[in-house]
Amino acid sequence: MATTERVLPISALDRFNARAQPRPRIAVHKFSSCDGCQLAFLNAGEALLQLAQRVDLVHFAEAGPVDPEAPVDLAFVEGSISTPEEAERIRRVRANSRYLVSIGACATSGGLQALRNFNADGAVGWTEAIYAQPEFIQSLGSATPVAEHVKVDLELWGCPVNARQVFQALRQLLFGVAPVVDKDKLCVECKRQQHVCVLVAKGEPCMGPVTHTGCGALCPAFGRDCYACFGPAENPNTAALACRFEGLGLVPEAVARRFHFINSHAPSFRAEWLKWQEPE
Amino acid sequence: MSEQREIRIEVPVLARVEGEGALELTASGGRIEDLRLRIFEPPRYFEKFLEGRGADEVLDVVARICGICPVAYQMTAVQALEQAFGVEPAPWILDQRRLMYCGEWLQSHALHIHLLALPDFLGFDNAIAMAQKHPEAVRRGLRLQRLGNDLIRLFGGRSVHPVGMRVGGFHRAPDPARAAAVLAELRDALPDAEALVAFTAGLDLPEDDQEFTSVALRHENEYPMYSGRIVSDRGLDLAVHEYPEHFEESHVAHSTALYAHLHGQPYLVGPLARLNLNHDRLSGAARAALAATGLRLPSRNMFHSVIARAVEVHEAVLQAIELLERYRPREPAHDPVTARFGQGHGATEAPRGLLWHRYRLDADGMVRHAQIVPPTSQNQARIEDDLRRSLESFGLHHDDDALRLHGEMVIRNYDPCISCATHFLKVRVRRR
Repeated sequence: MATTERVLPISALDRFNARAQPRPRIAVHKFSSCDGCQLAFLNAGEALLQLAQRVDLVHFAEAGPVDPEAPVDLAFVEGSISTPEEAERIRRVRANSRYLVSIGACATSGGLQALRNFNADGAVGWTEAIYAQPEFIQSLGSATPVAEHVKVDLELWGCPVNARQVFQALRQLLFGVAPVVDKDKLCVECKRQQHVCVLVAKGEPCMGPVTHTGCGALCPAFGRDCYACFGPAENPNTAALACRFEGLGLVPEAVARRFHFINSHAPSFRAEWLKWQEPE
Repeated sequence: MSEQREIRIEVPVLARVEGEGALELTASGGRIEDLRLRIFEPPRYFEKFLEGRGADEVLDVVARICGICPVAYQMTAVQALEQAFGVEPAPWILDQRRLMYCGEWLQSHALHIHLLALPDFLGFDNAIAMAQKHPEAVRRGLRLQRLGNDLIRLFGGRSVHPVGMRVGGFHRAPDPARAAAVLAELRDALPDAEALVAFTAGLDLPEDDQEFTSVALRHENEYPMYSGRIVSDRGLDLAVHEYPEHFEESHVAHSTALYAHLHGQPYLVGPLARLNLNHDRLSGAARAALAATGLRLPSRNMFHSVIARAVEVHEAVLQAIELLERYRPREPAHDPVTARFGQGHGATEAPRGLLWHRYRLDADGMVRHAQIVPPTSQNQARIEDDLRRSLESFGLHHDDDALRLHGEMVIRNYDPCISCATHFLKVRVRRR
């Protein structure tokens, strides 16, 4: 099952810090994704060059080095598991890595492409609709988070994750400190920034009350409703929020769609979506 | 002597568009008998996710097709949706869209030139290694890339999957003080951008002229980015909605990316195609910097793509300065939109080339059917054609490493996607 557990297992950190060589070896792996989360490194500018001086980037195809089977201290994994080859490959990545961090919505919840998981006939019908010769397409019926396949030591949520999240975790790990992930709901950050409440003042179906913080409350800053790209917060009261949306005039199908989006496979969002599905 | 030599070039790790793939070729007596660029991108079914979604949801979905060019996907979709709803965006909105799009061109091109292409031409494995010897070139790239990201952030809050666009305009107009700060940065970057054109033209690029058809948008007076007619250098001149009558997508066994052909033939989209067709539309300063390089257009050498990209970086900085100098905020930052039944088409120039969308909407304005033709699938047949010709003219007697490197350089000219454009080809030779 997908885990919403974001607490770091200390045993894993001990293993990470027990590394033999003084210069940590780091890999960035890609699975089914848009590449946007790896840009947290590539958009970091000078910080990327500094990082390259402090660690060995042994595998990071976007930046150049390619050595996917190399043993590393720390592996960042972007993307969901959506093909038989990927299901195999993630096991090898796990076996080769002391500490594994999944980054972004695809890796932590299956991401947008997990919408295929709810299609009545799996992805088969879709393959037939898009590809002239579906028999050429190798694809699993589902797109699932990394934690459903192997043990994950730390999850960084977000579609996309940003440089602040990734470099904070990296720095804490390199200093031997347990990474701290802020578990507030988006609303807390939004209030701190003193934005006008989109839900209360404008009556728009904002997902802020059930969404994990981390983006910087971007959508409310732009006067629009949060669409939960950072995934469900800890203990989200999705039931109350869904009823509020209905009170705002959303039809059940529209309420359902709010939860059935970027992080549709995350357990709390999946459960709320199911409740608001139109009866067949 | 007719030696049959089977060369297998494998792609173990790849990114979004190519996913996982390989290059296979069979050669005999110095000629290539068969060549296939195999592409195994895991299918992500975006066109199906869009069905049943409302117009504003579409913009948040299509951004996620590509982390490197989300703005291009949003721009093309918004154009199609507004057409379907019968909305003509105000000039202010069109100006701001071009401005935001300039940010993506800057970001994407600066990244490609400096971090991906340049190590080839300066003889390094990757940009991190190159940064030790050429710190200034790498830092210039990082500065231009950051500037592009700042420009996207001004309109979208973040540079990957920005949140500021909506059907009818923007959720919020940029704050004038922040716009002024980005303008100042752009003015400071102008010397960097101008120097980049001369620098790329001074690189030792291979000579390799080929015949190919260039396809790009053409606008009455702008260098094409957000809008225009679809033209080619063989006389094609189409309205955006006429695209499917001339371009055909097909599916072959060795690729999950669909192949697009123009009248049954491969064609080129992207910076070199755009420059070949539109160099007369560059701003004065960009035209002067280009003329100073002595590059003759139209060019038939795909390795000139890196120069074309630099010219477009310069043009994007110039256009962004011009647009920001006359920037005034507008409240509200969007026009009213009423959802309705209809169909709309969009075509814009993504950094990698022409991007085409079509949406059919129901009476509530929800998507019934979506079709998206990205630039890389349009270039795929051309890339295979190019590989066949350039590896033959390079000479198949070269050893595997030299063939691999040359093949990689050829593919990188198309900037197919970021990680597929770094060192990924493995050569395995079997002799029979």
